[in-house]
Amino acid sequence: MSKRSEITFVQAINDSIRQAMEIDKKVLCYGLGVTDPKAVFGTTEKLEQIFGPDRVFDIPCSENAITGIGVGAALLGYKSVMTHQRLDFFLLAMDQLVNSAAKWNYMFGGNTPVPITIRLILGRGWGQGPTHSQNLQAWFAHIPGLKVVSPSNASDAKGLLIASIFDPSPVVFLEHRWLHNSKSDVLNDSFSVEIGKANVVKSGSDITLVTSSYLVAEALDAAEYVLNSFGISSEVIDLRTIKPLDTDTILASVKKTKRILCIDPGASSFSVSSEIIFRIIENLDHKSIEAISKIGMPDIPEPTSYALTKNFYNNADDIINKVLDMFGHTQLQKPIIRKQEHHDVPGKWFTGPF
Amino acid sequence: MSNKRVNSDLLSTLILMIKVRMVEEAIANSYHLGKMRCPTHLSIGQEAVPSVLSSFLNEKDLAVSTHRGHAHYIAKGGSIPEMLAEIYGKATGCSNGKGGSMHLIDKSIGFMGTSAIVGNSIPIGVGLAMGLKLMASDRIAVIYLGDGATEEGVFYESLNFAVVRELPVLFVCENNLYSVYSSLACRQPREREIYRVARSMGLDAVKLDGNNPISLADEIEPLINKVRTTSRPIFIECDTYRLREHCGPNFDDDLNYRNESELKAWKVRDPINCLVSHLGLTQNDVMKIKEGITFEINEAFDFADKSSFPAMSEAYTGEFAV
Repeated sequence: MSKRSEITFVQAINDSIRQAMEIDKKVLCYGLGVTDPKAVFGTTEKLEQIFGPDRVFDIPCSENAITGIGVGAALLGYKSVMTHQRLDFFLLAMDQLVNSAAKWNYMFGGNTPVPITIRLILGRGWGQGPTHSQNLQAWFAHIPGLKVVSPSNASDAKGLLIASIFDPSPVVFLEHRWLHNSKSDVLNDSFSVEIGKANVVKSGSDITLVTSSYLVAEALDAAEYVLNSFGISSEVIDLRTIKPLDTDTILASVKKTKRILCIDPGASSFSVSSEIIFRIIENLDHKSIEAISKIGMPDIPEPTSYALTKNFYNNADDIINKVLDMFGHTQLQKPIIRKQEHHDVPGKWFTGPF
Repeated sequence: MSNKRVNSDLLSTLILMIKVRMVEEAIANSYHLGKMRCPTHLSIGQEAVPSVLSSFLNEKDLAVSTHRGHAHYIAKGGSIPEMLAEIYGKATGCSNGKGGSMHLIDKSIGFMGTSAIVGNSIPIGVGLAMGLKLMASDRIAVIYLGDGATEEGVFYESLNFAVVRELPVLFVCENNLYSVYSSLACRQPREREIYRVARSMGLDAVKLDGNNPISLADEIEPLINKVRTTSRPIFIECDTYRLREHCGPNFDDDLNYRNESELKAWKVRDPINCLVSHLGLTQNDVMKIKEGITFEINEAFDFADKSSFPAMSEAYTGEFAV
């Protein structure tokens, strides 16, 4: 029996990078703050001491060049794990991501792998505001040549990060800040979670809830409530990989439940949810589908003020109400099950600043 | 200095420059046939820098370049038939027809790619240099860039990183005074020189005459040796001039974006003529050199022309590496 431990998401990230670096000397880890005292929320702690400053290092504030440097090193077989403390900073690197990393293999005839992993941390709450909180998963998924993963728990974080590091293509690894302190039971040894495979985290018969990242936990809580209070049985799918999208798992579920609600952590319009719904319409007999819907972030930038963010994010209560609506029930007065003291923190462990 | 250099080395450089020129002219002459259906940026007039530089590189040294990359590719030793097949969009092209003139690669001789986006390949080259340093090799990376690229943010990011991490990279800025039709004068302050900007960032940086192969050879050789032995980046700015239009087979001087006297002066400084006269060669000698190359070039065009197009299904392969 392989040993397992109850560890945090942060520890899982740290373990996976360390184990990948032990397995392969050509794995490198760099990014702003990787070797500083806070070690990117602890995720890169002690890596420099173990592997030395040639393989683990802090960088200048040069997101675009650093991405290209990762591509250049990849052409010599180096597998870089790059880290950005917020996705939003990485937007400076779009040329190297889109024109270089995503296309180098294709545009030079298909024999030039670019194994780079780009960890992008998604902020939320505590006034992160317009430029510290964006989840642009649909953007990245739109670009041919990129893979996009987004784990919802510590175990998948470890398995997906190891899979990403050893994948021959560039992978955008979307890591939610609010998950950092969440714990799950994780294999101690190195292991991979296959990229491109969704996970049915709860099976059910009446409706399919498709979501990812931090919202998986919200969807599970909502599913439990609608089952206990209304007898509605939800199947909850954690996408884990945004691209390539595991269409088969979603279709199989919706064939069974005939209803789907996509719960999107990105802006609602032009979203991953929109794509999922299209694939359902394209592939399933529409007469057999009874209800299709989605909820996502409002199509406006995230405001900063505590007051303005009060109802900005969808939580379990919003999911419950949407499900009830889809079944013709009257929506309930909020709060339903989310009676937290503060809406802008994931729990007492988070006291800011970011 | 130059008299110390063996004339046979310079003759090899001359032959290479003539070969590059002849390939480019052959492209220009047959472009109208409509078989090369992609944007094509010719290097005519700018052959000296890559030809001289490559004489001090070996196949294990690495290079990346730009949209105007034919000369860099050929000088490094890239396969001419495969380059032409690529421009023809053929399956036998160096990028299997997926890249065209602006995306050339020949890994067998260390030519690691060219990019259509201004400044895009600069950090790629720095990443190659980082890899070489990690491998503890004495190989170096060469990054070709134009004057326009020095206006991109990634240029500064890349130079800075190369200095901070002490990487074995030679930045080669071919300053041909124009970014498409926009002159350097309207893009950068007149009194500022590009190599001085690089120097201020902590690199050894010099300005060279990019159209004089003799002085170039004298000055570049010790710089390459220095990059190789010290593993520190060096920047060279080479003045040069594009004699044909920015993009395409023709001349674009009817647009009057370049001063006539400027053009005339640069034509006089044609790098091939410069080396021919330095070596004391006659027109007859040059004819003989060309005759020796003609067959190879004809064969290369023939290869490109006769090669098959890739199957349409090939378009759907290679998005992800396997």
